[in-house]
Amino acid sequence: MNLGEINPILLIASLMVAATPLLLAAIGELVVEKAGVLNLGVEGMMIVGAISGFAISVETGSPWLGFVAAAMGGALLSLLFVLLTQFALANQVASGLALTLFGLGLSALLGQSYVGIKPPSMGDIHIPVLSDLPVIGPILFQHDPILYVGIALTAGVWAMLKYTRAGLILRAVGENHDAAHALGYKVVRIRVLALLFGGACAGLGGAYISLIRVPQWTEGMTAGVGWIALALVVFASWKPWRTLLGAYLFGGITVLQLNLQAAGVAIPVEYLAMSPYIITILVLVILSADKSRAPASLGRIFHASH
Amino acid sequence: MIVLEKRPQPSKAWSYATPLVAVVATMVFGGLLFAILGKNPVEAIGTIFWEPLFGEFSFYYRPQLLVKGAPLVLIAIGLSLGFRAGIWNIGAEGQYIMGAIFGAGVGLAFYPLDAWYVFPLMVIAGAFGGWIWAMIPAFLKVRFGTNEILVSLMLVYVAEQFLASVSLGLLKNPEGFGFPGSRNLQSYDAAHNAELIAGSGMHWGVVAAFVSVIFAYVLLNRHMLGFHIRLTGEAPRAAKFAGVNPPRLILFCLGVSGALAGLAGMFEVSGPSGVVSIDFNVGYGFTAIIVAFLGRLHPIGILLAGGLMALTYIGGEIAQSQLGLPAAAIQVFQGMLLFFLLAFDLLTNYRIRAARSEVA
Repeated sequence: MNLGEINPILLIASLMVAATPLLLAAIGELVVEKAGVLNLGVEGMMIVGAISGFAISVETGSPWLGFVAAAMGGALLSLLFVLLTQFALANQVASGLALTLFGLGLSALLGQSYVGIKPPSMGDIHIPVLSDLPVIGPILFQHDPILYVGIALTAGVWAMLKYTRAGLILRAVGENHDAAHALGYKVVRIRVLALLFGGACAGLGGAYISLIRVPQWTEGMTAGVGWIALALVVFASWKPWRTLLGAYLFGGITVLQLNLQAAGVAIPVEYLAMSPYIITILVLVILSADKSRAPASLGRIFHASH
Repeated sequence: MIVLEKRPQPSKAWSYATPLVAVVATMVFGGLLFAILGKNPVEAIGTIFWEPLFGEFSFYYRPQLLVKGAPLVLIAIGLSLGFRAGIWNIGAEGQYIMGAIFGAGVGLAFYPLDAWYVFPLMVIAGAFGGWIWAMIPAFLKVRFGTNEILVSLMLVYVAEQFLASVSLGLLKNPEGFGFPGSRNLQSYDAAHNAELIAGSGMHWGVVAAFVSVIFAYVLLNRHMLGFHIRLTGEAPRAAKFAGVNPPRLILFCLGVSGALAGLAGMFEVSGPSGVVSIDFNVGYGFTAIIVAFLGRLHPIGILLAGGLMALTYIGGEIAQSQLGLPAAAIQVFQGMLLFFLLAFDLLTNYRIRAARSEVA
């Protein structure tokens, strides 16, 4: 065992990388849930995003195009959820599960010929002066661009929900869809847009895993990150900045357990690998006492009878 | 313009017809998918649905139908009780793994004792393993109101890591030349879940699956608890007035589904699989969710749906070796089935009408 080998600066820097897929997926799901829809298909949309992003960036050689494709792939899959829950009025829990099962199969099918390939690298940004600062430079200013997109997205969603008319309408739909409908807002249309946004975000999160974090394609590589993202939204009590905080917390746990594995701590590898999931459960238990923050129409089917 | 009109009561006819319609739609779109993959769609669908039942080697595949169907039916029966009451246990895969570990653990602890009571003890241990794993989300939901969907799912990943740990450590075969995996229970007679009639595929797990179907049928139709389960799902407010005790219902539904999933794992590890190894679980716990919905959460329906799903597994394997159809294509095929089922369910609960144009 050699704990001295763990470099705190690298640890914090890699914590941010580990947290980004979670953050991207969770911020998308947050918007979806704020609109009153519970989409349990995050895992499925992430893995489809992971393979579509990977395939396109290998074929075109451009990671940027890959991320665009990943967002489109995730949104396309969420369209299936839209058809089921918004137009066929199916149960949202069952539909979300269907989306995940289907997405896992589809991604395995699409990804057959991409196993063992290295994707083109995106490279890290370099800002003169700032990136060269000691300590702060490597932690804050030497990452890939998508990591900053995740933070910008969090800020954007926060501002949208808090200060804009569109955010107010979205929240109204999520709190009481019958009242929103009576006021003349298009409940279904707003929810469809929110779901597409959520799908695109989950797709980006998935591609971040396959293109930057790992970077490689293996079947089922999201390994429950989509489900942790769902827990994260509850943890954050549907608040964007708390989502960021929570994502970094989970990212920190993941990175720390990987570092402990590498340092050869006396705890067996399997028990360390369990820790993010167990901690997710613990956090859920601690926070489940307060349910008051959940959007009031969450998971309910909307059917305009008049 | 088309409008949906909610039916006062779900249509009986459509609720029987939608699974069939969904299967046909899946065959059509699945065929399309296979065509895109460059396979002859008619041949591929035929191979999946015809070959295992009536093909040249059906004498080999028909018993497999029982072997693959039994765990699916066992798990799905348990899940359906909870799903009916709005209690979502989606971590059956983890409970299946824990049942296998507990069952095999007890069996291996007795090795090489040859006594009649080894196998019954393993059955109890297997059910207990699944039950205790399901009691974690159940207890947390009752005590703290924690979401059982997320907790039961997180526990699948925990169970998978635990499985890796025991197959490399605690349960590793001491005579296995350092390879991961336990002793083979098939070669330990007292613990072997052997075929009851040689060559039929019928083992104790299949018997348990049939018993669970009968048990669930009686429970739902003839017992107060079954009535409470149905009432909670269909009319939660009425259930409150009828004096349903929600915590008790949660503990019961999750407990039963966990125990049944644990049993499925235990019968699998002591029979067809034989070995506790890292890749022991093959996703039965997740496929069983599709089986439960395809069977309309009804015991008899689940029996039929389990058979159909087992058919796609076996047919899929044949198509894989004969036509080179990728394994993942079958997974997509199974996922599609659930999609179509949920979509066509619209017709059960709503009537589709052409709207008369009127001024609002």
